[in-house]
Formats: sequence, structure tokens, C-alpha cells
Amino acid sequence: MELVKNTKIDFMGLKKYAFSFSAVLVILGFVGTVQIYRGKANLGIDLAGGTSIQLKFQKPFSMDEIRSLLAKAGHSEATLQEVSGENILLVKLRALGKQDEKMVAEPMVNLLRQSLPGNPFVVESVSEIGPAIGHKLRKDAELAMLISALAIIVYLAWRFEFKFGVAAAIATFHDIFALVGIFWILGIEKDLLFITALLTVGGYSLTDTVVVFDRIRENIRLRKKGTFSETINLSVNEVLSRTIVTSLTVFIAVVTLLIFGGMVLRNFALALAIGIVIGTYSSIFVASPVVALWRGEKMTAVKG
Amino acid sequence: MWKSITGRITLIAVLTAVSVVVLVPSLTDSVPAGWKDRVPKINLGLDLQGGVFLRLAVEIDKAIENTSMRYADDARAVCREKALPVLAFQKVGDGGFSLRFPPGDFATRAQATLKEEFPSLDVSLGEVKPDGATVIARMKPAEIQAIRTNAVVQGVETIRNRIDQFGVREPQIIAEGEDRIVVQLPGVKDQQRAIELVGKTALLEFKLVDEGASLEEALKGNVPEDAQVLYQKSVDPQSGRATKTPILVKKRALLTGDTIKTAKVNFGNQAGGAHVSLSFDTRGAKVFDRVTAENVKRRLAIVLDDTIYSAPVIQERISGGEAQITGSFTPEEASDLAIVLRAGSLPAPVKVIQNVSIGPSLGLDSINKGVRAALIGALLVIGFMAFYYRFAGMVADFALVFNILFLLAGMAAFSATLTLPGIAGIILAIGMAVDSNVLIFERIREEIRAKKSIRAAIDAGYDKAFWTVVDSHVTTLITAVILFQFGTGPIKGFAVTLSMGVAINLFTALVCTKVVFDYLNAKKPMQALSI
Repeated sequence: MELVKNTKIDFMGLKKYAFSFSAVLVILGFVGTVQIYRGKANLGIDLAGGTSIQLKFQKPFSMDEIRSLLAKAGHSEATLQEVSGENILLVKLRALGKQDEKMVAEPMVNLLRQSLPGNPFVVESVSEIGPAIGHKLRKDAELAMLISALAIIVYLAWRFEFKFGVAAAIATFHDIFALVGIFWILGIEKDLLFITALLTVGGYSLTDTVVVFDRIRENIRLRKKGTFSETINLSVNEVLSRTIVTSLTVFIAVVTLLIFGGMVLRNFALALAIGIVIGTYSSIFVASPVVALWRGEKMTAVKG
Repeated sequence: MWKSITGRITLIAVLTAVSVVVLVPSLTDSVPAGWKDRVPKINLGLDLQGGVFLRLAVEIDKAIENTSMRYADDARAVCREKALPVLAFQKVGDGGFSLRFPPGDFATRAQATLKEEFPSLDVSLGEVKPDGATVIARMKPAEIQAIRTNAVVQGVETIRNRIDQFGVREPQIIAEGEDRIVVQLPGVKDQQRAIELVGKTALLEFKLVDEGASLEEALKGNVPEDAQVLYQKSVDPQSGRATKTPILVKKRALLTGDTIKTAKVNFGNQAGGAHVSLSFDTRGAKVFDRVTAENVKRRLAIVLDDTIYSAPVIQERISGGEAQITGSFTPEEASDLAIVLRAGSLPAPVKVIQNVSIGPSLGLDSINKGVRAALIGALLVIGFMAFYYRFAGMVADFALVFNILFLLAGMAAFSATLTLPGIAGIILAIGMAVDSNVLIFERIREEIRAKKSIRAAIDAGYDKAFWTVVDSHVTTLITAVILFQFGTGPIKGFAVTLSMGVAINLFTALVCTKVVFDYLNAKKPMQALSI
């Protein structure tokens, strides 16, 4: 069985549209990133510091009652979330100050336990993170992203040439920005797992790009005439069926995770699913055109 | 040809056998003890079995201040003995204090005395004014450094002691950076109790109740210089209501917990309540004997971390070095108190700056969901490959099964910790694992289209795809390794499975599938390939 056969799509001819589409994505991502730094982008408590408590009640409960109980205890800024049908309550409280590392989970749980004697609950999870730790986790994650980017440029510069390495890095950052932008627009909470997803998507998108680059290099050696853009078109068409099949298998795996992985992994799986689509798109429409723009249309050989 | 094929088959067989031996004890408990004990196991992360993760900040500055205040107390006592009148006392900067003396040679004499008595202090003369002179004493830098190091090292040791006595399997207590301690207690059910046990400073002090001064005055703010107001907490066993009674006690501790030899829980005396029996070491027993002899009919407060547990009247001199702490304890509270007293106090107070507690039911729920998602994901990918590439797809599936087996065995061999994001990493690795085979199969299809013989097409497909496969794996591996290096918590678990999965995949995709095709070709050159 074959999904795509001998395609001859003029991908490079579409680059105008692709670049404008990408520009929108990247601008969105840029705005989203700025908002994250301004602390206005729904950061998870593991990045911003704060408290999150998950309670499982025996009977249905009233959100209003709990909200007013917490407000009376001085936690009016707490966000409440109900998992429908399971009597599960999620309470989230973001850290306010930078210095204050006070832990509030235990008094909060005790308060609810005493105020709601008729509806006992089990504490399913408590997570309290001081703002300093949240800050440190964020710094670590940023460092990880930067070092991965450098390491990958170095590897690709060694395997191909510098311009390919940089183009691949640009495509990767394009994907990361796009994902940040989409998550920002959707207002989904961004936590440590989201950053993990960003890096994974980066890695995946690179794999995809490398496969295309490999074929371009091979075709440059085989074809001495023609333009660079033609070679790119040929190469992308040749590996298109692989690209689609691989993306499909990874997509199947990630969607399973999205459906069956439970609440904890839902946003993570969603980020991966969106990221795979973007990563596949960018390896075709962003990485190679960037190389073409930079290298020019002359068919100079790539080393390696 | 046959030699290379049998060689590879043997290698795969050996790896499989080793993997099974390593993996089985992680999956089931019903294996012989000798096998189970000799083989490392996959650990389940806190998110999969419940438990507590704590990050503590050691308040070293407080430890330094406490030590310097102890020095100050001792210094004032020494001055009193030598008839050197201390007019005023003040804290100075980090780990220092100053004492003011009346005019005359008091200050210089005090300086000489303190220098001699406290070799670990830098004692210098402060400003001399007509109405007196001050002596400034600071802890030497080496002493401060020692407190700094000791606060974390000793803290880890003390917490480990407490946890061992509390009884947690495979706890992890490690120092992090200069002033952090990370505590992981997998499987702990009574989480709040564990957190309190870890975080308690447990500084036990015996202080005399100050009966000379008025408590009302002290509560208004007129506390005598050598006294302080502490509270006794008691819980009414019927209503469960807690009350706090203020008591005025002398600041100076007559005896501290570091002289305790043993502490154990006893039941009996008052209405069947639990109490903690202490026995002191020789030095402590001697001091206790003297203190009780000198203070018969006065009240002695037993203070733990600035909370009074009881303040009984000393009926008679107590020799023999035994004492009791009574109070309205539950048996658990009494047992925890005995544990912290036996394990000793923390050299510096700690503050919980990160607390992640996962209840056991949520852990079980997570593992069920995660394993189910992994199984479904694997089955779907396996089904897709068989459907899309027919026979060749089944060969890829066969490699995928080995991939998962080796991955889990690898995790067991390194005693890696499996977390929920780790399961996500496995699922992603499964999705990506077939990528190499897809690359190879698409190449083979191209070669077949170019009218090569089946055998030549297969060889060329593997050859040409080889570097692409390596490149794509290495880039993923780079991100995974960096994630592992810089990641914490969930990121790390994900990175472990992803990087192992990618590395193993390189082997299974290039070796396990190729050997099948080679074997079939060696028997009889293939005329057609279902791909």
C-alpha cells in the first residue's frame, strides 16, 4: 500500500504563502513569549511558584461554598476547577510575592476538612512550589533549550555545512515559537511538561529536517545541473511518503496518549500532537527554503 | 554469509535472554528470592506509586545566629563569674555580638578573659567612651564555614536517621547545592506526618519557669531581659479543640536534647495516655541531677522547638538520668516525638520550599492510565505498520517488540525510575522507533521500482538509509541527553526513556530487521517482497 506515489509538487513555489503563514505563527509565539516573561501567560505553578491541591470528595460539592470558604481564609485569588462526574476538585493558588515561600496547602486542607464535615475527602495530591524554585526551574529549562540548539547546530554543521545547521535551527525555533503562540492563544496552562514538549517537538522537527537535508545533499551530488530550488522540490517529493508515514505513526502514538493518558498528561500530549504537525510542515516549508535563500541557486556540492 | 547471520541471531538471542532475566523481577513478585535479590529493579516514580517529594531550604543564617547567641550567653555567664559587670548586650552583624562595660579596666579585662575562654571567637575592643567601653566578639570565619557545611551534612544525616526509624523503603535524602536538601519518600501514605517529621528542628530544651515576674506584665510587652513567653499547646481529647497557654520561662536552657541517650514511648500513668521516656548520657544525667536538686518545688518547662510540652513541678531531686515528657499525645505523636529525640535535632532550622505529595490512589490511577495508553499506542502503531508495509511491516513490528523489551530491561538494569512522563517517553519512542524502518522501507521500494533484484534492493535500501537513520537518531539523542542533564522531576523521567529508546532503536532497526531479510535471502534468494 502506498499513500503517496511519485508526487511532483512545487513546494518551493509555495514558499511565499508558507513564509507569510510562518510569520504569523512566529509573531504569535513572540507575543506569547513576551507575555510569559511579563507573568501574564497562565504559567503553571511549577514555573511560577504556588500551590495546587487535588481533592476527591465522597459526594458532589458546591463550588460556590468552597470558593467562599477559601475567600474567607484570605485565598480569594484561588482558582477552582471541577473534574465533572468524579467529585474531584482542583485548587490552584499562584505565588504572589517573590520572597514569600510560605506553604499554605496544609492549613487550606484542614480548613476544608473542618468546614465540610458532611462530605469527607481524600487528598489525592498536593504540590507546593516556592517562587524561587519555580524561577530556578524556568531558568534551567531555558538553559536546556539554548544548549540543545547550540549542540544541534554544531552537529549539523559538522555533518552537512554551517548554513544547513543554522537553517535547521531556525526551523526548530520556528516550531517552538509557533507552539508557544498557539498555547498562548488557547490560554492553556504552561508548565514544566509543556517545556518538555517544546524540546521534544524541537528534536522531532529536527529529525524530520535532517531526513530532507540528507536527500538534498545526495541529489546535489547526483544532479549537476538545474537550480537548487528544483533539487529541493525533487528531494522533498522523494521523501514525502516517508515524512507522511513517520508523522502518522508518531501522531497515532501521541493521540493515544492524549485520549488515554489521563488528566496529568493531557496538555503535554496536546502540545506534542500540535507540535508534530508543525514540525512536519516546517521541515518541508521552512528549513529548505531558508537554505535556498541563503545559499543561492548555484549547485555547489555539500561536503560529507 | 551464514556465519554473519548466525552471529547476529546469537547476539539477539543472548540479549533477549539477559533482558528477560533482568526484567521479570520488575514485573512480578512471584519469582524465587535468589533471582529477585540479585537483579536490579525498575523503580516507580512518586507519581506512579504515591509518596512525598520535599525540597528543604536550610536556614544557615539562623544556625549561625543561634550559635553566636549561645556564645553570647556563655560569655555573659563567664563575665558574671569574674565579676565583670555587663551593662548592655547587642547583636553585631553576621555571627557577632558586643558587650558594654562601665568605665575602668573592665572592658580590657573582659577582652583578655573572653579571648582565653573562647578560642573560636575573634575578640576586639570597640569604642571607648567616657561612660564605658564595648568588647566586640565575632565567630572566626573558619567556625562560620564549619557551621555552614555542618548544617547541610548533619541535616541530611539527621533526617535520614529519622526516616529510617519511621520506616520508609528506599528513601532518598540528598544535599543539593549549598543549602538545600531534597527528600523523596516513595510509597508513604501518611504524608502530612512524614512532612512534619522531616521538617521538625527538634531542639529540646529544659527551661525553668520564671515565677518571679508577672505573666500579665510580660504579655503586655514588659518581658524581663532574661525571660521569654512560650506557649503550651494542649488538645482536648473529647472536642479535639486545641488551646494555647502562655508561660513565662527563663531564656537560658539548663539542659538540651543533645545529652539524650535514648527516647521511647510508654503508655500508662495518666488515663492511659502515651508519654515519652528519656534517659540522659552521663553528662546529661549529672546536670539533670544538679538542676533538679537546686530547683525542688519549682516548675521545669520541657520545650521542643519553642513550644512547651509540659511544665511539671519538680517534686524531688531526680538522679539516675531519667525523665518523662507527658502531654496529650496520640500514640503516633508520641512515637514521632521519640524518633526526633533519638535522631537528634537539626543543626539549623529547615523550611519546606517545595512539596509534592501524591496520594496512593492517584498513583494507582496514573499507572493504570499510563500503561493502558502505552499498550494501545503500541498496538495501533504495530497494526498500522503491518497494514501499510505488509510482510516487511511485520518484520519492523518484530523489531519493535524487541525494542520495548530491551528498553524496559535497560531501565531495570540501571534501576531507572519510571514516571508518568517516562511512559509518555516510551510511547513517543515507539512512535519514532518505526521511523528508521520507514526510511529503509521507502528506500527499498525506490530500489525495487528501479528494477533491482529484491536482494540488491534490500541491501541498497539499508546502505543508503544508514546515515539518514544515524543523523536523525543522533539529533533526537542530543535533545534527550540535554533534557536529562538540565531537567528536573518530570523532564528527567521523560528524557531517560526517550534517550534509551532512541539508542536501542538504532540497534533493533538496523540489526534485528536486517537479519530477517538476510536469513530469508540466504535460504533461497527472494523473488518478491511484500512491502
